[in-house]
Amino acid sequence: MITDRTIPTRRSEFLAGAKDTLPMIIGAIPFGFIFGALAVNNGLTPAATAGMSLFVFAGSSQFIAAGLVKDGAAIAVIVVTTFIVNLRHALYSASLAPYLKHLPQRWLLPLGFMLTDETYAVVIRRLPQFDRTPHQQWYQLGSSLAMYVNWQICTWIGIAAGSAFTGAENWGLDFAMLVTFIGIVVPLLTTRPMILCAVVSSVTAILLDGMPNNLGLLIAAFLGIAAGVWAESATPIAHLSSSAPEGQN
Amino acid sequence: MDEILLIFGMTVVTFGARYPILALVGRMKLSPSVLRALRYVPPAVLSAIVAPALIAPNHQIAITPTNAYLIAGIVAIGIAAYRKNLMLTIGIGMIVFLVWRVIIGG
Repeated sequence: MITDRTIPTRRSEFLAGAKDTLPMIIGAIPFGFIFGALAVNNGLTPAATAGMSLFVFAGSSQFIAAGLVKDGAAIAVIVVTTFIVNLRHALYSASLAPYLKHLPQRWLLPLGFMLTDETYAVVIRRLPQFDRTPHQQWYQLGSSLAMYVNWQICTWIGIAAGSAFTGAENWGLDFAMLVTFIGIVVPLLTTRPMILCAVVSSVTAILLDGMPNNLGLLIAAFLGIAAGVWAESATPIAHLSSSAPEGQN
Repeated sequence: MDEILLIFGMTVVTFGARYPILALVGRMKLSPSVLRALRYVPPAVLSAIVAPALIAPNHQIAITPTNAYLIAGIVAIGIAAYRKNLMLTIGIGMIVFLVWRVIIGG
């Protein structure tokens, strides 16, 4: 909730975006270390390891790719797997699009390139709160760049440090992303359709956890959306307590 | 292995998932039913990430007191539901998680 009545500036939005992402930036640190070390250990050159973080910038798919490299998988297999693992980003981009559609491509290109789970979560929480500020894109840029720079540095440290950070996945920092997502999702669950959506998605994701390449996540997300839409059409009153992003800009 | 080809391919498909919808949507008119469906994306996707990570942190369902993810997750859900304060949820959730791991000797 924005209680401050002063008009946000580009700089203040940029810094707020970075600040709101901070818990998940800290949470990503050990995984950057581990990815850098693991990828080199699995046979990628340090340049390719750093290049993957620089150009692909998608943590879970980078881990899966590093594993497939070790198994000697064909490039086509790794690329197709990466596509499936990262398909959920299309949902994020569709979800953000109504808020960002007025922006020129010079904004959409970097914001799309750096779109991660973490940035999506903080931005989708913040965007509906914007009341005709011209600077909402700076908030997303701040979140994106903070995640991006952190991921590069942590990858390099992992490459340089090798096995020094073995066991970093057990530091407990992975919970930081989960608890942030909980803090973002739970307050959204104010209508029955929203609650049904979250329950259907959660249960499906748990049941399909064994599916490869995040496919369970993708199916769960679509079933959750379908359940929410269905429940909303079954109870028209739900429209009143929710606001579509059409009123923006 | 041709690493340049590998990274090029991964970059194209990842960017291909992230960017095109953002790039094209300005030229499309989104129907109200699509906009309505999109409002369910945040709870749907984020729940699908969180739920298995809490219930089955090692891809094995573990509904036990020794599962710190589950215990701290339940506490965090409770705080988020009653206080709706993100920083409070993160702070207390992390503390409960780390303390619980010490208690159970994890």
